[in-house]
Amino acid sequence: MSATTKNDQLPDPASASEDPSSFAYKESFGSSGLIITKVDNLFNWSRLSSLFPMTFGIACCAIEYMSTGTSPYDMDRFGMVPRATPRQSDVMIVAGTVTFKMADRVRRLYEQMAEPRYVISMGSCSNCGGPYWQHGYHVVKGVDRVIPVDVYVPGCPPRPEALIGGILKLHEIIRNETLINKQS
Amino acid sequence: MIERLLSLVKEVDGSAEIVGNAFPPTLSVSRNALPDAARVLHSSPAAYFDQLSCVTGVDNGPEANTMEVIYHLYSIPFNVSLALKVTLNRDNPEVESLCSIWKSANWLERETYDMLGIRFINHPDLRRLLMPADWEGFPLRKDYQEMDTYREVKVKY
Repeated sequence: MSATTKNDQLPDPASASEDPSSFAYKESFGSSGLIITKVDNLFNWSRLSSLFPMTFGIACCAIEYMSTGTSPYDMDRFGMVPRATPRQSDVMIVAGTVTFKMADRVRRLYEQMAEPRYVISMGSCSNCGGPYWQHGYHVVKGVDRVIPVDVYVPGCPPRPEALIGGILKLHEIIRNETLINKQS
Repeated sequence: MIERLLSLVKEVDGSAEIVGNAFPPTLSVSRNALPDAARVLHSSPAAYFDQLSCVTGVDNGPEANTMEVIYHLYSIPFNVSLALKVTLNRDNPEVESLCSIWKSANWLERETYDMLGIRFINHPDLRRLLMPADWEGFPLRKDYQEMDTYREVKVKY
């Protein structure tokens, strides 16, 4: 026969019915469930935690971009789900050689994105023309001649780790933004 | 084999001759006789070059003042490759289109026109293929000068 005591009324941290991940939360915030933060911080945190990139690749860098989305690198852990339209996208990853013929399309896609919008230039070609910088009559010597770029990722092509590094750099940019004094 | 093909072509172009010693064996034909030579090579039961694999152009520069167009032919039944070469005047590079013989000539000749400015007479749709329609100049010419800007974007590094 089990005796009922006063202690049995309190929640037992070790009981199997409770989610263990809530322990730290309870320790920090007590039982109030209240967090005090700046609106900027909250908004920036939520924006950078779900950056939707546009499904858009124009050369071999796009292969590495696709690899970044696969399970070994798992872009989704940053809340990044490629969107098939610029209207739902937050960030454009220019993955590949931008030719003059393509430059108009790149600019139009960028203009169709809703603000706030960001651009990651991935790889040497879109950074500065890459191997085509001297004799490539058809290549724009850097996509920043067409649209503003927030983060440049070097490499030819950059490995998925490098692209993830660029994404984290973009997180830093967004984290330090403020809605009152908008930069872009 | 190449001698037999040469004698076949010589029936329509007496000036045809074998050039070089490379693969595929190459015959040079005169500009005016090209359509006839191509038609013979395409239709003759002894040759039957039913596939035009590639058309390329060469600019020999302002000094030589010539351009060349090279047609790569392949005969599927005989498993034989052959190249035809015509030399054109660089001041007025024009040659008859072969679209009426091989449909694949359409895009290949458009590309040659796009890169070198060689005009193909009687081509059904001679527009640029790779470069934008409002591009100036022909990039693979030896004396090609890049534009300063294209649609307000600087071209040079």
